Amino acid sequence: MRALFAFLSGGLFGLGLLVSGMVDTTKVQGWLDLFGDWDPTLAFVLGGAVLPMMLVWRLAEGRRPALGGFFPPKPPARIDRGLVLGSVLFGAGWGLAGLCPGPAMASVTFGGWGGLVFLAAMVAGMLIAVPLRSRLDAMPRPALSSPR
Amino acid sequence: MPIDWILGLAGGLMIGAAAALYLLVNGRIMGASGILGGLVDGSGRDSWSERAAFVAGLVLVPGLVALAGFGRETNLTGNLWVVIAAGLLVGIGTRIANGCTSGHGVCGISRFSVRGIAATVFYLLAGGATVWLFRHVLGVI
Repeated sequence: MRALFAFLSGGLFGLGLLVSGMVDTTKVQGWLDLFGDWDPTLAFVLGGAVLPMMLVWRLAEGRRPALGGFFPPKPPARIDRGLVLGSVLFGAGWGLAGLCPGPAMASVTFGGWGGLVFLAAMVAGMLIAVPLRSRLDAMPRPALSSPR
Repeated sequence: MPIDWILGLAGGLMIGAAAALYLLVNGRIMGASGILGGLVDGSGRDSWSERAAFVAGLVLVPGLVALAGFGRETNLTGNLWVVIAAGLLVGIGTRIANGCTSGHGVCGISRFSVRGIAATVFYLLAGGATVWLFRHVLGVI
């Protein structure tokens, strides 16, 4: 049952990424290109996804997921090094090629060799991140993060 | 172009509906990098079938739509070195930051998560700076 709804959600997500244009790297790079021919399409994509989800989070309050368990608790408002460093690296890669993880998977069947190479490199990066993350966690905390 | 904006909004609503379904039914955050990352590095072993099913839907449904003739050109650069570097950066970055455009962006912003909003600000700034540098200064992309 969990797998069925996960499949449906993944399929709908993929369809949305295809329809919205998130799989088109020129549209993504056009959105990031503030100093060139800026393309505002992604603002509509983000708005379309975020606004209904705001209502959904409110709906979830005080309830439990349909298939049992609990909703994920809100993480503490802590901006740590991993979040900043990781987001900057991710943003650089996103800008370079115009693909983020969702669209990379959604377009892999029709994105040609380049799409396959991107996905393989992304998976390799995810494996490289495992030792990097534990090293980051082991380092003493700088002033950026509040002590907990 | 307005038609692109309408398609963007329609697709965005589908993405939001997918995130709503995964949250309300399965009780999980719909984050593409987290779902795939937990599958490939083994950290999501206890929920692998759910993750694998999500990835299968994400890959197969757009694949079938493309097969039916409604695909879209990805227009990915032909420069393989750029593709490899970008893939590595996206993989490493999203796992260190614990999220990408879907988890931090869609799911995080919508619950007013400080981490989600901060991550989105940083990856948008880095993405904008990268496109500026590599397109307008170096002329690579």
